[in-house]
Amino acid sequence: MKTPFLVSIMIITFLSDFNSNTTTVNDSYKIGDVVSDFKLKNIDGNMVSLSDYDDAKGFIIAFTCNTCPFAKAYEDRIIALDKMYASKGYPVIAINPNNPMAQPGDSFKAMQMRAKEKGYTFPYLVDEGQHVYPKFGATKTPHMFVLQKTKQGNVVRYIGAIDDNYKDTSAVKTKYVENAVDALLKGEEIKEKETKAIGCSIKV
Amino acid sequence: MKYIWLIILLGIFSSCKQNKSDNKASANKVETAQAIKINTDSIQLDVYDFNGFKKFLNKKDDKIHVINFWATWCAPCVKELPYFEKLNKTYKDKQVDVVLVSLDFPHLYETKLKPFIVENKLTSKVIALDDVDMNSWIPQINKDWSGSIPATMIYKNDKSEFFEQSFTYETLENEVNKFLK
Repeated sequence: MKTPFLVSIMIITFLSDFNSNTTTVNDSYKIGDVVSDFKLKNIDGNMVSLSDYDDAKGFIIAFTCNTCPFAKAYEDRIIALDKMYASKGYPVIAINPNNPMAQPGDSFKAMQMRAKEKGYTFPYLVDEGQHVYPKFGATKTPHMFVLQKTKQGNVVRYIGAIDDNYKDTSAVKTKYVENAVDALLKGEEIKEKETKAIGCSIKV
Repeated sequence: MKYIWLIILLGIFSSCKQNKSDNKASANKVETAQAIKINTDSIQLDVYDFNGFKKFLNKKDDKIHVINFWATWCAPCVKELPYFEKLNKTYKDKQVDVVLVSLDFPHLYETKLKPFIVENKLTSKVIALDDVDMNSWIPQINKDWSGSIPATMIYKNDKSEFFEQSFTYETLENEVNKFLK
């Protein structure tokens, strides 16, 4: 009896581990899913988690980087989102998912410099070991996720692009992220919950 | 249980393999064209919005069409371009048609894209897709495409496959061969 029991314990332990692994790869967050908190290093050296934000009503999570032309095109708009919504309870948290070994321009030092140059008003976190971005199912930079804080946890409410014109801010017709956060603030249904945009694949 | 171990081993193997090739991609990072004096007069670049571009996705001419989405700023795209070039040359007689669809920014067509085409002596057809309303056209190409590049569509008449990934020459040839059968 003893051996089969031990073996089955091992199997169960192993299976549960296996399951959590597949979760990160295949079963990334969908609209309505509760996200698990993370603890990532900010450019100031401090660790940042969602649970640090007692007063937040939610979050605008931006997977972005220094090097991608599309991410660069949207830098100022990400800053504008934080300026507009942090005070309303939806701060921006930027996460760089790229491995600096594969993309030297996205090193910790380079991130610090870029944030300083641009005057980032929000944390710019390193996804060290590239563990967080797969959970979100981020595939590219920039890739946005709007979360709403609920009793159950932080729930994914929007996934996709910032707006519908990377080239020209003044020619934007639909501001997807703003519309999503505005709807959440008003307690309304988000009209477009998922959008697609071209971006740079995440460098691992 | 045997199978689970097998799957896990395969998983570990494939993820290692991917990391390796990606690291290699950065190491071999091909220099994108600089804005230096390269004569690009010979380059005729057709630029399409999505409506104009659609015709490249719906040809029913019994040929195998390989549509690669790339940009000069995309290192993994640039790395795999030679494989598409090789495919185009090797399979020309077998009714395979390669189109390289650049998603470069329009203001860089003259200073980046055209010099890149000249410097790398691209022989496949290069066109540019310029349509900012990406959320409207990306799902029309493939509903599961998140929008990251490189991405490639291979089709023949009504049969179509879409790949949001990088290729080696072997994996690309393998996918094309499935259409040849």
